[in-house]
Amino acid sequence: MSLAKFDIAIVVGGAAGQGVATPGNILTKLFARRGLNSYAYNAFQSIIRGGHCLLTFRVSEQEVFTHGDKFDILITLNQDTMNRHLKHMRPGTWVIYNSDSITPGEADDGVHFCKMPVKELSNNNRNKLIQNTAAIAAVLGIMNLELEAFEEIVKAQFKRKGQEVVDANLGVARAAYQHAQDNYPSFEAEVPFGAKPLGIWNGNTAIAIGAAAAGVKFYCAYPMSPSTGILHWIAQNARELGIMVRQVEDEIGVITMAIGAAHAGCRTMCATSGGGFALMTEGVGAAGMMEIPLVIVDVQRSGPSTGVPTKTEQGDLWQVLGASQGDFPRFIVAPRDAVDSFNTIPMLFNLVDKYQCPSIVLSDQLIAEGNFTFDPDEIDMHPNIDRGELITEPSETNGYMRYKITESGISPRALPGLEGRIHVVSTDEHQEDGVLISDEYTHPHKRQAMMEKRQRKMIGVEKEIEPPKLEGPEDSNVTLIGWGSTYGVIHEAIEQLSDEGITANHLHIKWIVPFHGEVVSDILSRCNKTIIVENNYSGLFHRYMRSETGLTVDSHIRKYDGEPFMPHHIVDGVKEILEKETETFVPVHEIIV
Amino acid sequence: MTEIAVKLKKETNGKASVKLSPKDYKGKVDPDWCPGCGDFGLLNAVQKACSELAILPSEMLVVSGIGCSSNFPGYFNAYGMHTLHGRTLPVATGAKLANHELTVIAVGGDGDGYGIGGNHFLHTARRNVNITYLVMNNQIYGLTTGQVSPTSSIGFKTKSTPHGNIIPPINPITLAIMAGATFVARGFTSDGKNLVELIKQAILHKGFALIDVFSPCVTYNKVNTHEFFKQRTVYLEDEDHDPTDWKAACEKAMVWDDEIYIGLFLQNRERKSLEDLEPVLEEGGPLAFRPLGLNEDQAASVLKNMM
Repeated sequence: MSLAKFDIAIVVGGAAGQGVATPGNILTKLFARRGLNSYAYNAFQSIIRGGHCLLTFRVSEQEVFTHGDKFDILITLNQDTMNRHLKHMRPGTWVIYNSDSITPGEADDGVHFCKMPVKELSNNNRNKLIQNTAAIAAVLGIMNLELEAFEEIVKAQFKRKGQEVVDANLGVARAAYQHAQDNYPSFEAEVPFGAKPLGIWNGNTAIAIGAAAAGVKFYCAYPMSPSTGILHWIAQNARELGIMVRQVEDEIGVITMAIGAAHAGCRTMCATSGGGFALMTEGVGAAGMMEIPLVIVDVQRSGPSTGVPTKTEQGDLWQVLGASQGDFPRFIVAPRDAVDSFNTIPMLFNLVDKYQCPSIVLSDQLIAEGNFTFDPDEIDMHPNIDRGELITEPSETNGYMRYKITESGISPRALPGLEGRIHVVSTDEHQEDGVLISDEYTHPHKRQAMMEKRQRKMIGVEKEIEPPKLEGPEDSNVTLIGWGSTYGVIHEAIEQLSDEGITANHLHIKWIVPFHGEVVSDILSRCNKTIIVENNYSGLFHRYMRSETGLTVDSHIRKYDGEPFMPHHIVDGVKEILEKETETFVPVHEIIV
Repeated sequence: MTEIAVKLKKETNGKASVKLSPKDYKGKVDPDWCPGCGDFGLLNAVQKACSELAILPSEMLVVSGIGCSSNFPGYFNAYGMHTLHGRTLPVATGAKLANHELTVIAVGGDGDGYGIGGNHFLHTARRNVNITYLVMNNQIYGLTTGQVSPTSSIGFKTKSTPHGNIIPPINPITLAIMAGATFVARGFTSDGKNLVELIKQAILHKGFALIDVFSPCVTYNKVNTHEFFKQRTVYLEDEDHDPTDWKAACEKAMVWDDEIYIGLFLQNRERKSLEDLEPVLEEGGPLAFRPLGLNEDQAASVLKNMM
């Protein structure tokens, strides 16, 4: 462990209900306060008790994008974890286990088995969760870190349960820490400090906070993994922040209630996952036709259908592209991580207010539920708020045209309740004053003019958003193309490839609609070997990019087993593609969870 | 409504000795309903009720779904939303919560409200949001040229049930009562006088108010005609019905033979509306017009919780 590059992964495995997430959260907090970057990925199942959960917590003095490729310290909370994951441990790593209940297996020479007699260390405490406290203390002992910070967290964490529980946990923490210092090999190098304490959030929280900062006053949802964290955060903070939150009977009700609130004047957001989004689709078109600004978040999970509810995938692209009948303006954007999720929301609200249309944010389980550290000084809690051509003043004269035909396609929007601005919005086709042209006398010229008015909005918005850029040296051996949440893992893979003498650059796409087809074509025309990396089966983004640019790529790296890419999966893929001209490389996930 | 009337109304702080006429609520276009359609009766009754309550058109929002009756907002002078089939109630709920100072009236048909929108109907009643829901119930799908509806009687022959309907109809009154609606009534479009009074009570009621209105379809329903109801309707008021007695209300609502009751079945004035229970609306006026973004304290507190 060299001081120059402190970068380790601590892994906690056990059954649901054994408290796998808690040690993860505590470790994240401890290291974030120390100023170290971390990312935590929890591989779990759709079960409340039982099954197998594996939390990988990676901490580094450098920026961390993924949970990495290796395990340094494995905490086994049950025998199953020992059996499943001991084979991933390499010489010089640590395996911590409760020797009262877990038998170690066969491992490589040089793996440090850290036998932890929890009963003895805890004075025969019968609470099954006490081993978690002991394990964290043992990790701190191995790393030669001070115990005090953890003691403070223990006190705060167990305060509600009474002094006896606090004392029992403090007791076992001190005993396990001492036991680790006395018996286990410890880190040779000192664990560094970062520049300042860091914050912790996941992509869902970041979206929720982005919404609050953007001035969202109405949020509604139906619970659906992995989007539910957004609902939880907003519900928890709603009173303090003056946000109305409604849990609605289904996602059809969610999006239509959101449309009502948005039309009446609130900045409004709703979130779901793929299945819920499927129910919302008719509403997306309704917002498009009535020209109502709305932000909808689709936190993707492994599909199709119910799929694998707790696992990640980039599988909803064509669902959102094709959402709702007809042809209408809407925006689709895929943030890369938690900070990008936060920044995307206020920016998107300004755009949908200006262009009066729905927009869809494509997040996924990986970034939505992964815990990221962030620099609080880089978070703008007071982003610019621009509501566009919104009329909030009454008029002395009547004759307001809600759908006035303009060059920009944007018709100034009046809120209900104002004198002199009365109008009806409708999902039927309408003329400038809102009167329907769908029923009695359909009028082809009026219809054409209204269609063109709406669609002109897409011309304006494309000029406002940032086009994609090629990161890295122009003349690289390989160009890796990705979108949304694969940004981080591609970034790390490129660093590893560089260590092996392969130069790669990175074309990352955030904006799906509008799509900067000309910019992308131009970049691709100057690349050598092009490879698209996607977390789905059939290359959904590749098909979309081809439809927008007419260009194809040389090869593909795809993964659709539910687990996210690890950097080495992409490295292996690039190497194989370069050696064997493989068309599509699909890595095999080594860690069975 | 004339500009003078608006001015007067504003100057009297809304308490208007201003004369409003039903004509002030006439929309930009005339209805394209079939001549004789019951929906005309409801449109007239709502216009009259609103004029008598002196509600400014600019402070009203009328929300509908899809169907013949859902064309209503276009024929009515007020803010309007003509939305998706079956989604009238969640849209109306969202709008009402975003601006609770608006008088929100939801309108639609039996297919829209009790069929495709059935789930929303139950949950909107349960939420007791302060909106008035007027269902023009003609027991048939008219705009799609005559198919069975959730309120069609057993044996009723339609294009989709050519040998007669075999599934019993929904009872909107008992359904609404069981779901927790706090104002449940039934009206009849040929009885304008009583309908106007019911609508006024429904608008003034603080909570979810349903009026299921018999609104005969003259083109596709030759059974449940104006004449059919004229011969059968009996006023609950004439029967000394107590609208606080939900069991009696259900019993009366189940009667469907030579006598069919109309009037106010149930009213619960005790239960608070959703807006009154929602702490976020306690002060600060409509959400839609509040300042956006976080203040310094809120921003600091949010950040602190993540450290």
